[in-house]
Amino acid sequence: MTATEINKISNYNVLEEMIPEFFRVTRVQKTTHDTFTIGLKPPNGKFEFSPGQFNMLYLFGTGEVPISISGDPSITHELVHTIRAVGTVTRAMANLKKDDWLGVRGPFGTSWPLKEAIGNDIVIVAGGIGLAPLRPSIYHVLFNREKYGKVVLLYGTRTPKDILFRKELEQWRARFDMEVHVTVDRAATDWKGNVGLVTTMIPRSHFDPLNSTVMVVGPEIMMKFTIQELHKRGVDFDNIYVSMERNMKCGIGFCGHCQAGPTFICKDGPVYPFPAVKDIFTKREI
Amino acid sequence: METLESLLSEHPFIKGLDQKHIQLITGCASNVRFDAGQIIFREGEEADQFYIIRQGKITLQIYTPGRGSIIIDSLTDEEILGWSWLIPPYQWRFDAVATVLTRAIALDGKCLRNKCEADHDLGFELLKRFASIVDSRLESTRIRLLDMYDSNGNK
Repeated sequence: MTATEINKISNYNVLEEMIPEFFRVTRVQKTTHDTFTIGLKPPNGKFEFSPGQFNMLYLFGTGEVPISISGDPSITHELVHTIRAVGTVTRAMANLKKDDWLGVRGPFGTSWPLKEAIGNDIVIVAGGIGLAPLRPSIYHVLFNREKYGKVVLLYGTRTPKDILFRKELEQWRARFDMEVHVTVDRAATDWKGNVGLVTTMIPRSHFDPLNSTVMVVGPEIMMKFTIQELHKRGVDFDNIYVSMERNMKCGIGFCGHCQAGPTFICKDGPVYPFPAVKDIFTKREI
Repeated sequence: METLESLLSEHPFIKGLDQKHIQLITGCASNVRFDAGQIIFREGEEADQFYIIRQGKITLQIYTPGRGSIIIDSLTDEEILGWSWLIPPYQWRFDAVATVLTRAIALDGKCLRNKCEADHDLGFELLKRFASIVDSRLESTRIRLLDMYDSNGNK
């Protein structure tokens, strides 16, 4: 089947979706010892997205990787990604300099239910680098603060040196209208914060479990236990949303790389209501 | 007026016990306060108490030769510190340090052990409650053993 034939039977212009646009690097900042934040200037001066969506970033000559957008959705003149340097492509991306070029395809995928959550308490649970895809929704909620009830952020990571967006976490914690709990798996005695699993923060935080929208991102095992603890606290599964990660490749549900059971994470996700992907957490075959 | 008995009977750990058991426990209880940085107990010392934290924060630490002390857990309001008083040889396995000004109710372990021996219903109720705490801390420790944030890669 040719691309034209595929286009005819699908809603996508496949060729167009597969061709990256050239974005110029505006900044590369070290975020932690193994993560960096990259700013990109859109070729037409504007890039719009919804919190939770991701892009395919193409480092020409090296490869393409799916990365969630971590910037402020109200700022359209700069696209921001926060990336952990773990593989060939992301390690090479960490060496980009201002004015270098990067290919971008996107934005792809579903977004957090921020409209549906209006009037509810917002509970955001992030693990590790999972705070990056949640940051746009935090910006959105704080920008529209009067539309939501209590706002609670629970963030767990490995050690104090792995804490992402530390300055922003401090600023958010200093606000009178937001509750922020940070915990690490282990720490030396100079750490004054919490040590323990992020799930231990759930009973300690203040929100109405019957009127809350919860967004969770992190390793699947962390999400699994977080959801169990949220449910124990009284949160209905229908009000819990998760962002899934698989080997996203095409971004439009054609290649099948990111298929998990009946769903294509790149197209039907990455953000799902938990009941839609419950099986992925429990079925070993998937 | 807030008495030790009323404070204890409202605490989730104690709530639901028979009034006579709450009175027995209150007989072993005292109010305590720890300043920031104060060592509450050290590994190897006799474990003769446990604590219901009313307000504050306590870290559990393990001393590692060559690496110094590592924080392995932190406990805060309403949580329970210490179960070594229940298990022979009744010695603390870790160090406990208050990181901020902390108020707690201390329960005399020896006193409670005697009361539990004399009244097995009380002993069983307390054991059930401690088993639940041990279970959730063991689960938390096992998950952390996975070092899950290290292998997650990019989201």
